[in-house]
Amino acid sequence: MPELMISRRQRFLGGIRDTVPMLIGAAPFGLIFGALAVTSAGLSVWGAMGFSLLVFAGSAQFVAAGLLAQGAGIPVIVLTTFVVNLRHALYGASLALFMMHLPRRWLAPLAFWLTDETYAVVIGTWNDPGDRGPFKEWYQLGSSVAMYLNWQCWTLTGVIAGNQFQQATDWGLDFAMVVTFIGIVVPMVVNRAMLVCAVVAGGVGVLCHGLPHNLGLIVAALAAMGAGYAVETLSAGPTPAEETP
Amino acid sequence: MSPLQEILLILGMLAVTFGVRYASLALTGRFPLPPGVIRLLAYVPVAVLSALVVPYVVIRDGAPAVGPDNAYLVGAIVAVVISYTSGHLLLTIIAGMLVFFGYQALV
Repeated sequence: MPELMISRRQRFLGGIRDTVPMLIGAAPFGLIFGALAVTSAGLSVWGAMGFSLLVFAGSAQFVAAGLLAQGAGIPVIVLTTFVVNLRHALYGASLALFMMHLPRRWLAPLAFWLTDETYAVVIGTWNDPGDRGPFKEWYQLGSSVAMYLNWQCWTLTGVIAGNQFQQATDWGLDFAMVVTFIGIVVPMVVNRAMLVCAVVAGGVGVLCHGLPHNLGLIVAALAAMGAGYAVETLSAGPTPAEETP
Repeated sequence: MSPLQEILLILGMLAVTFGVRYASLALTGRFPLPPGVIRLLAYVPVAVLSALVVPYVVIRDGAPAVGPDNAYLVGAIVAVVISYTSGHLLLTIIAGMLVFFGYQALV
């Protein structure tokens, strides 16, 4: 089996390669964040870069910049950041099942660099029963480092360019992210339970998009998980599904 | 904001962001989870990623836009079809982008 011969280096480079579409998709957001941070949010250059270097959470950074522009206080912004990032707890819990064998020293860097994009790229590899090779943590590290360096470059460019790039999403580069998420999710929909899960997630997400602080995302994800679980349980019949592998 | 306030804000956001990411990653794997929870977690990728993408594509300028003038929606539907029929990630990305930009240019 070729995967058993795979090296750390091959995993690391594979993680970078598979993340390239996400790098393109993240670029306009990094640009806009950098530009907004030093203009409407009123942060210093180092404050703006500090967000990207130390917090490294795209949507939370945007929400914080928006709150700063409205004059919100530090406690409100920190609490909002917590709520916006709650979905990472779902990612962490999902990935942790595959990381039980890892030395603890791996967990802090992989946790710090855990984003929507890296999760989307790596979960398929962790989950792939056909790939029994080692060093999957190096794959995630490659994806993480690529996302991190990319985010810093684009934030810095946005900071330098000031507010000239506020129209960047109008170029449609953010669609690279959309289409990559789709290419990752669709092959995961392998049965009726997963289909119901995807439909409920999308439907509830649209219905709840007006809720504050990205709460609609959490509500939609939890409803979808429950719906998938319920369909799986019902279609398994009277025998508990836990007993089937 | 003063430099000290900026530092406090960044440290506070760092604490809650890293705290959530690290706690779920480090704690979940260290003690056995009930089988029901593990089954539920199998739905996380499809649930969260769909909940991210669908509203992003459907909601344009703050309101649902379900129609042929929404290039994001048209491109996304084409990408779903390509991904479903081919199962090929790179093909889905490239073809989806081409359709999206072509459609945007035409409409």
